[in-house]
Amino acid sequence: MPALTIEQIHQRLTEKFGNAAGPLAPPKKDAFCVFASPKVVEICRFLKDEPALFFDFLEDLTATDHPKENLIRIVCHFYSYRHRHSFIAKIELDRSNPEIDTLEGVWKAANWLEREVFDLFGVTFKGHSDLRRIMLPDDWVGHPLRKDYTESGGYRGISNIRDNPLDLYLSMDRQVRDEEAQAAAAAAPPAPAAAAAAPTPATPPAPAPADAAVKATPPTPGT
Amino acid sequence: MSLDQLVITKFGSDANEEMILNMGPQHPSTHGVINFIVHADGEIMRKAVPQVGYLHRALEKIGEIVPYPGYMPYTDRIDYLAAMFANEGYALAVEKLMGIEVPPRAQYLRAISCELNRIASHLVSLGTMAMDIGAVTPFPYALRERESINDLLESLCGARLTYNYHRIGGVAFDMSDEWAPLCRSWLDHFEKILDEWDRLISFSEIFLERLAGMAVIPLPMAIDYGLVGPNLRGSGLEFDLRKDHPYGAYPDFTFKVPIGKAYGGTKRGAAVGDCYDRFYCRVLECRESVSIVRQALDKFPPGEFMAKVPRKIKPEAGEAQSRIEAARGEMAYYVVSDGGERAYRVRARTGSFLAMGIIEELSKGLMIADLVALIASLDVVAPEIDR
Repeated sequence: MPALTIEQIHQRLTEKFGNAAGPLAPPKKDAFCVFASPKVVEICRFLKDEPALFFDFLEDLTATDHPKENLIRIVCHFYSYRHRHSFIAKIELDRSNPEIDTLEGVWKAANWLEREVFDLFGVTFKGHSDLRRIMLPDDWVGHPLRKDYTESGGYRGISNIRDNPLDLYLSMDRQVRDEEAQAAAAAAPPAPAAAAAAPTPATPPAPAPADAAVKATPPTPGT
Repeated sequence: MSLDQLVITKFGSDANEEMILNMGPQHPSTHGVINFIVHADGEIMRKAVPQVGYLHRALEKIGEIVPYPGYMPYTDRIDYLAAMFANEGYALAVEKLMGIEVPPRAQYLRAISCELNRIASHLVSLGTMAMDIGAVTPFPYALRERESINDLLESLCGARLTYNYHRIGGVAFDMSDEWAPLCRSWLDHFEKILDEWDRLISFSEIFLERLAGMAVIPLPMAIDYGLVGPNLRGSGLEFDLRKDHPYGAYPDFTFKVPIGKAYGGTKRGAAVGDCYDRFYCRVLECRESVSIVRQALDKFPPGEFMAKVPRKIKPEAGEAQSRIEAARGEMAYYVVSDGGERAYRVRARTGSFLAMGIIEELSKGLMIADLVALIASLDVVAPEIDR
């Protein structure tokens, strides 16, 4: 059987499921179709089992976050090794409580892919056999690939903030210069003019060109 | 008193209980930082549960933070053994979004660099596989050849592992005049080495006996779990994106797609899709890659190595997916643009991630020592799993 085009595949789906298969989005590079979420498993099983479609390979399952529309979109890429055609489907979920039935029963590959989406987007897959975080530790707070995720300032005492290494080097420079000035002042003969001209150790010398770049941040000795 | 009774009288009936072993995260045979929780009954595993994520660097999130061209060096870090492919996949996805036509010379340079990288990656895989099951000798030989590829790629693009060579619209540098003869002479040398490799390890009776018929993945199972690349072809499916959905310069080349055929020999109990098939498919793929690089050097076209690309890369809103045949199988980048300078979402689908998903199912009933061979035969690389 020949490979079908996306339009033909979509036509087959609408014949079978009507509106649940959703309209085909206007093609912006890759055309896709939006499935109604209660019927997803049914449609996917049809995609896999129907001999003319035979999507035996769940190539990818991921998500995109859309806070403005209050949606999380699950994106599935299907491919058929028998017919060498592909199809893209999206499922729109409510962002405040994203829930969807698992596709694990249709493709085993969905197991790990769904775990990743659960971990990074916080989508719950109902009926999943092993829904645990996969990339992050189990006690991690938040779902990092959501657009409004903010870092919580470290994990178990491990800071996720690093001082600018440039600040450290500049403060070391300053320290060396101060010490040199101090040594010069001590070695110099106690002529009153020279003593007055030598900078006191507490105040840094006039900013060098390298200092100018980070002048906005106050010097923090001892970082 | 039998031995069983002796054990039970000495240690109680608990002696038959399941033992839980931690393998990794720092274990030389796991090819990176992966942890396996092995539920074992003596030497036999009831199951091995992989724990991944130790190398998660949030590369997909970084893709949303940096501008499109700035993400290219990050893609190198997705798979440091085969960084060219990650470069190429990302470049192809953004080019598809922008509608950029890549000049032929750049496409050829991409194909050459990728195929050399594929050989390098397979050499590490083959060498470590032999080493993991106890044959330490072949590994340095594989690495020696890989060093030559690193040198070649270094003179092509200035880096030995994280190349950052491909650009959106082409490649970073053109090939110098001296490079092609250098590459050709190395290819001549390497083909002899591959014969030597076969004599040294692939056709070694001990090696064959050890791997033939072990951890067989039947084709339907391989597809169901989403295995790709040599792991899928090892199970007997003739599918290669370079051939079935050709991209770049690949339509110009003729090459074979090696598939698993129970190479271990049926008298040793080999079956299509066993560890040896996956191993030997990679050896054969190295030969095909050599032939592709030769053809590319023969047909190398003149012209530009970079397309006319706007200074600011701002694709119009939309989404595109690119699929390429990487060293570890299909690598698919899914890039969503909202019309800005930064991607709205970058997703890298990698071969290793789903190859790990099959281990729990496949490990049931295997020996603990065979788990190491199974991991090596799937050629998983930890940074590619975690991204």
